[in-house]
Amino acid sequence: MGSIFNAQQIVNGLQVGSIYALIALGYTMVYGIVRLINFAHGDFYMIGAYAAYGAFFAFNAIFVDQTGVLAFIVLVASMLAGGLVAMLANRLAYKPLRYKPKLSSLITAIGVSMFLEYFFSAIPSIGPSYRSFPDIIPRVEIQLGSATVSNYVIIDLLVAAVLMIGLTFLVKKTNLGKAMRAVSQDKDAARLMGIDIEKIIGFTFLIGGSFAGAAGLLAGMTYPRIFPYMGIQPGLKAFIAAVLGGIGNIPGAVLGAYIMGLAETFASAYNSLIGEGIAFAILILVLLVRPTGLLGEKVADKI
Amino acid sequence: MAKLKLPKFLIAAAILYAVIEGLYKTELINGYILHIINQSLVYVILAVSLNLINGITGQFSLGHMGFAAVGAYVSGTLTTLIFKVTPTAPEGMLVFIFSIVAGGIVAAFIGFLIGFPSLRLKGDYLAIVTLGFGEIIRTIFNNIDYVGGPRGLLGIPKFSNFTVIFIAAFLTVVIIRNLIESSHGRVLLSIRENELAAELVGIDTTQYKVLAFSIGAFFAGIAGGLFAHLLQLAHPTQFGFIKSVEVLIMIYAGGVGSITGSVIAAFALTFLSEGLRIGIRFVADTTGLPIGGEWRMVIYSLLLIFIMLFRTEGLMGTKESRLIKIKEAE
Repeated sequence: MGSIFNAQQIVNGLQVGSIYALIALGYTMVYGIVRLINFAHGDFYMIGAYAAYGAFFAFNAIFVDQTGVLAFIVLVASMLAGGLVAMLANRLAYKPLRYKPKLSSLITAIGVSMFLEYFFSAIPSIGPSYRSFPDIIPRVEIQLGSATVSNYVIIDLLVAAVLMIGLTFLVKKTNLGKAMRAVSQDKDAARLMGIDIEKIIGFTFLIGGSFAGAAGLLAGMTYPRIFPYMGIQPGLKAFIAAVLGGIGNIPGAVLGAYIMGLAETFASAYNSLIGEGIAFAILILVLLVRPTGLLGEKVADKI
Repeated sequence: MAKLKLPKFLIAAAILYAVIEGLYKTELINGYILHIINQSLVYVILAVSLNLINGITGQFSLGHMGFAAVGAYVSGTLTTLIFKVTPTAPEGMLVFIFSIVAGGIVAAFIGFLIGFPSLRLKGDYLAIVTLGFGEIIRTIFNNIDYVGGPRGLLGIPKFSNFTVIFIAAFLTVVIIRNLIESSHGRVLLSIRENELAAELVGIDTTQYKVLAFSIGAFFAGIAGGLFAHLLQLAHPTQFGFIKSVEVLIMIYAGGVGSITGSVIAAFALTFLSEGLRIGIRFVADTTGLPIGGEWRMVIYSLLLIFIMLFRTEGLMGTKESRLIKIKEAE
C-alpha cells in the first residue's frame, strides 16, 4: 500500500474527523459557556446512536420505500435524544453546582457519564453487548482515483458540514446566538442585559447534545455497530480535539477535530499502538507548547 | 510544631490487628471476610495516597490506578519471572518486600516524569492529562508479551497476607499524616488553599506538587504490588479508569483532605461493593429477573453524584479522628 499518506487514509481521516468535529463542538460550546469539561458528552453520542437504532426499527415498516424520509426521522430522533438527555443532565446534575467549586461539577460529570454507561448496559434490552447497526441507506462504493469511497463517507461529511453551517448561522446571526456569546463572555453583564442565563445554558446543552447525538448516528451507520461504552474513546478524542483547536472556540473545535482525525488515521496505519496513544501525545504537546490551543486566545489568571 | 500522638495510634492499630487476627484464628470470621478486609486495607493505601494529591495538595489526578499498575507489574515481574520465589522459600519474604518497594519506587519515578510537565497545568486539564497517562500505562502493559499482554501476568505467588497488608496500610497512614504535619505538608496545604498566594510568598509550587504527586504514586505502586500478590495476578483491566474513579469516590465520600475519612470510606465502600455484588446476585436468583452486575456501578455512580450534590465536603469534611489529629498551633 506504499505510503501511509495515501488518498484512502485521507478520506478515512476526514470521515473520522467529521464525527469528532460534531462531538467536539458540544464540548467547546459547553466549556465556553459554563467552563465545565462535560465528561458525559461522549455518552450523549452513545444515546444518539441507540435512539437512531430504536427509531429505525420503529418506523422501518411504515416507510418501506421512502429511504429519505426514514433517514430524516432517524436523524431527528438521534439529535432529539442526545439533546434532551444533555439538557436533563444539566438541569439535574450540573445546575445545582453552578456556583460551587469547579472540581465538584467535574466529578459530578464523571458520575453522570458512568451512570449513563452502566445504566444503559444494565437494561437487558439495550446492553451490555454489541448490536450491529442496520444499513439505513443502501451502501454504495465508488472508486475515486486510488481510494474507495463509500456513499457513507459522503453522508458523514455532508451531514457534519450542514450542521456546522447551521450552527455558525445560529451563533453569528440570531439573537439567541448573540445571547450565547454574551453569556460566554461575561455572565453577570449578560444577566444585567436581561438575558435569562439558565435558559441560554440549557439551550447550549441542547444544541451540543443534539450534535453529539447526530455524530452517534453517523458513527453507528459507518462502523456499523453500537454498544453502551462506545462514547468513551471518541468523547476523549473529541475533547482533545477541542483543546487542540482552543477550547471555547467553535471554528477551533472543527479544525482540531479534522487534524485529530487525520493524525489518528495516519498513526494507526503506521502502528496500532501509536494510533491509540497519539491523541494523548497531541494533548500533552498542545498543553505544554500552546495551552490555549491553535485558535484560542490567551486568558490571564485573575488576581 | 504539634507533637505526634503516635503511641496512641500505634496502640489503637495494634488492638485492631489483634482483634481481626483473633477473630480469624477462632474462626468467627472466615477466609472470605478476611479477604475483603485485606482488599479494604489495600484500598486504604490507595485512597490515602490519592488524598495526598487531590485532597491535601488540591490537584486533581484521575490516573491513580496507572501507578498501581506499575507497582503491580514491576513487583510481579520481580517475584514471578526474575527471582521465581515461592512463599515457602526462606528468603521469599525478603525478596517480596524488596519487589514491592521496587514497584513503589518505579511508580514514583514515573509519577515524577509525568508530574513534571503536567503539574504546570491546572484543575480540569490536569485531570485529563492524568487520565490519559493512566490509560497509556495500561495500554503499554496490554502490549508487552513478556508480562502476559492482554492475558495479564499470571501465577504470582501469594505473599500478601493480612499482617503484611496491615503493616503497609498502617505505615502509609502514619507517613502521610506526618508529612502533612511537617512544614512540607503545610506548603502542600497552602497550594490547595491559594496557589497564587503560595507562589507569591516564594514557594516553588510546581516542585511541591511534583513531590506530592510522586509520593502519592509511590504508595499507589506499593498498593498495586500488594494487590497483585493478593489476587495472584496482574491484569490490565484491574487498573482501568473506572477503578481510578472508585478510589476517587472513596476520598470524596470520606471527605477531601481527611485521612480518617479516606480510611473509613475505603472500608465502607469495599464492603458495600461486595454486599451489592451478593445482593444483586440474590435478587436476580430469587426473582429470575435479568439483573446484571452493571447495577452495582449504577448505584456507585449515583452515590458519587449525590455526594457531590448534597454533601460536597464528604462524610468527614476535613476533620480527623482524635487518634491522628493534627493539633492547631497554640
